[in-house]
Amino acid sequence: MTTLTNPTSRTGTPGWLKALASRFTGAELAQSGKQLLLPTIGILIFLGFWHLAAPQVNTSLGAFPGPAQVWEQGGQLWQEHANQRARADKFVTMQEERNARILADNPDADVKIRDYPGAPTFLDQVVTSLITVLAGFLLATAIAVPLGIVFGLNRHFQAAVNPLIQIFKPVSPLAWLPLVTMVVSATYVSDDPMFEKSFLTSMITVTLCSLWPTLINTSVGVAAVNPDLLNVSRVLRLSFSTHVRKVVLPSSVPMIFTGLRVSLGIAWMVLIAAEMLAQSPGLGKFVWDEFQNGSSQSLSRIMVAVLAIGFIGFLLDRLMLMIQKKVAWNE
Amino acid sequence: MTKAHLELTGVEMAFETPKGAFVALDNLNLKIKKGEFVSLIGHSGCGKSTVLNIVAGLLQASKGGCVLDGHEVNSPGPERAVVFQNHALMPWLTVYENVELAVQQVFRKSMAKQERKDWIHHNLELVNMAHAASKRPGEISGGMAQRVGIARALAMKPSVLLMDEPFGALDALTRAHLQDSLMEIQQELNNTVIMITHDVDEAVLLSDRIIMMTNGPAATVGEDLRIELPRPRNRVTLADDPTYVHYRQEVLKFLYEKQRKLENIKTRKTHSAEQEESTARAAGA
Repeated sequence: MTTLTNPTSRTGTPGWLKALASRFTGAELAQSGKQLLLPTIGILIFLGFWHLAAPQVNTSLGAFPGPAQVWEQGGQLWQEHANQRARADKFVTMQEERNARILADNPDADVKIRDYPGAPTFLDQVVTSLITVLAGFLLATAIAVPLGIVFGLNRHFQAAVNPLIQIFKPVSPLAWLPLVTMVVSATYVSDDPMFEKSFLTSMITVTLCSLWPTLINTSVGVAAVNPDLLNVSRVLRLSFSTHVRKVVLPSSVPMIFTGLRVSLGIAWMVLIAAEMLAQSPGLGKFVWDEFQNGSSQSLSRIMVAVLAIGFIGFLLDRLMLMIQKKVAWNE
Repeated sequence: MTKAHLELTGVEMAFETPKGAFVALDNLNLKIKKGEFVSLIGHSGCGKSTVLNIVAGLLQASKGGCVLDGHEVNSPGPERAVVFQNHALMPWLTVYENVELAVQQVFRKSMAKQERKDWIHHNLELVNMAHAASKRPGEISGGMAQRVGIARALAMKPSVLLMDEPFGALDALTRAHLQDSLMEIQQELNNTVIMITHDVDEAVLLSDRIIMMTNGPAATVGEDLRIELPRPRNRVTLADDPTYVHYRQEVLKFLYEKQRKLENIKTRKTHSAEQEESTARAAGA
């Protein structure tokens, strides 16, 4: 009978597995095993399918990359980043040493450190993309939440603006981009710009496309405050600002956050397209450059980017969910 | 006769509808003395809530008006605190914070910080909810939440306490328990209370007066019954007290004999007839 309950003891369990198992009680292990089992099976089946199907698809750049090639290129990109980082560090240290020497000779000398001029690596592009998307998303939030509150509080205002929202909401980022580019070039003229123009273009495009879900959800949430609570506010004679701060806003926080999560998802999707077209640094540019490059590794490298984009999008959504759980009272 | 504390005179309430004005209340007159506990009873749709909302200032009468202590009521205010049917507590605030919101607003200037704190605790203790001060409304039962709703209303030191079916959403045992608490509190504070109810026993047990309303539309006061039972009242001993049974019967007679809801069926018929007519007309056009 023991073979049924403890089959591993006969075949001999590796030491590390035993150590791991002893950390969990049997039930916990079974529980987490069950939770992980199906997703793992799903991923394995996908990888298998990919592995078998990829070589069948032939392109002018060779066969479509399978998981193995993509994994290899992932490592390669990491390696390139590490090398580049090392070189950059060396470059800066060299300058520092030189500056120290100059300062030793002449304490008043004007010394500066130049940035390493090398091309940005894949990881640098990821960081740039993250910064752009967060800037665009924050700007969208800063516009959409207050506007949504105003629309939600005033039925007439909402009726007046609703058709505009409905029309602009479905516009693709690609349509906005040329306009935004032209406007930014025309209006953002400065000798010492704080931001790159391309950064502004991508960011504004992200903002334009991602503010709608937050705007709509905020106004719906604000308009849907429980009428009893509104009556409580009236009986208490709360001032307008107290009414908004203490009753309307907290009550619509769950709806606002649902909107924010959708907005952030859209922002991330839009960003990649915007970067590709605007040629602003980031993951989108990375994909485009690899596509233009057309080496035998390009497809694998693009696939790495695709997976990274998906994974980062997933992490961003989890992050919002975590913030929502902290902030919203209904979680 | 003492001067009326709260007086409703010639109140008419008409709501605009696409089919013309709907008159919910017509020429309703009511005088209430200080410290009186008045119940409004009547079939649903008879405009009880409309009366309460007019007193609260949440609705404006189309004709006539409401005067409290010599001042006309035309907007809501904390001196006419309302206890809502579904507690209406802010779900994101704790029990303490819910009461605090009211106390902060009403006594911001007249009470010191510590004084306000004590006052909040005092009111929570009054309804036996001090132990759950840091809980959210979602974490306590409906009966407990309703207690907090009452505490919040009492904490405003209202001159009239308005209760819109305060125990309607509760189970029978919890309701009985809360009725007893309310009687005790009322005994102690001697608030003027107007309470809407559907429950005949509740009305007779708690009230000094029961205002029975006729069926709407154009509802008004049908009968005004004084309940002269000595306080404190005990539901168990009253159950077969002949006076209590008599009062109970009076109310039941009014509701089920004099004001039986026959009209409802009739109006529904005329409604559908009208609808048919209008659709026929639309089809013809």
